[in-house]
Amino acid sequence: MDFSSRETWAVIHGMVLGVVFLLAFSGALAEMWGLRPGMTTAAGIKDRMKRLYVGFGAMAASAWLTVITGTYVVYPWYRAKLAGAQYAACKGLDLPSKNCSPRDFLLSNTSGNTAEWHNFGMEWKEHVAWLAPFLATGAFLLVIYYGPRLVGRPWLRNAVVIMLVAAFLAAVVAGALGAFINKVGPIV
Amino acid sequence: MNTTTTTDFAELQGLDLPERPDGPGAAFMLSAGIGCFVLGLFTTLDEASKAVDAFLAPWGPGGVGPLGGKVGLAMIAYFVSLALLLVVWRKKDLDIKRWFWISVGLGCLGVLLTFPLFFQMFAPK
Repeated sequence: MDFSSRETWAVIHGMVLGVVFLLAFSGALAEMWGLRPGMTTAAGIKDRMKRLYVGFGAMAASAWLTVITGTYVVYPWYRAKLAGAQYAACKGLDLPSKNCSPRDFLLSNTSGNTAEWHNFGMEWKEHVAWLAPFLATGAFLLVIYYGPRLVGRPWLRNAVVIMLVAAFLAAVVAGALGAFINKVGPIV
Repeated sequence: MNTTTTTDFAELQGLDLPERPDGPGAAFMLSAGIGCFVLGLFTTLDEASKAVDAFLAPWGPGGVGPLGGKVGLAMIAYFVSLALLLVVWRKKDLDIKRWFWISVGLGCLGVLLTFPLFFQMFAPK
């Protein structure tokens, strides 16, 4: 049941923060959907706004923490160039090792046609993930600024939902690619 | 510009909500679009130019490579544009729909410019 330090950080980055992000998204979307005229009372709106602030805030915070831990903690272990010319240290391996980083391992094609997981998968993941915190923070600030006024502004409410869903989609692409890449070439 | 008021809705009348200008709302949208676009721009420029790659590489801590420069510049663009737009627009009532669609355009460009099949077309042969 042991986890190495690197595996622990990969879990924090991908699972712990990712789960918080997904849960916060679900809650925020459901609360936004119900924030319409005729759906609740003034007291109900006040109560709903508290949950909206928490949901949107948690989503923005977890988006920032996920990309920061991913980029500055986990990613350097992934992309270390250890295997030398022609990825010699990766030859014959089934998984990355101390002398063959996940990037080296994938590019070496030593366990099948894996190079595209880096050339397409990781190249997309490492960039698209960073769109999520900008969009989630923008949506959070809009909810904080307008608050209950969003009830009477359906167009603005839809704009917030679009930003929220766009942040979610960026995170889903990055998260799914991260899960697949970690399956083929795990951080060790 | 907002054409409805909070007094148009019964459930809002008891909350005593003063109207707010749309300038800050437009700033929140546009700065997010700018952050996405700048990230995409430097992703494609990094692929196309070794000089840009050499400029971006030292930005992050060791091992991150040019990604540190791309995300560092995108964060600077996001936070600086947010602060500046808030200062300039904090009391203005703007056409927020217009700024939203401009932000959507910038965001879509950011997505395109960070898509590998697109930016890898600019890699030197």
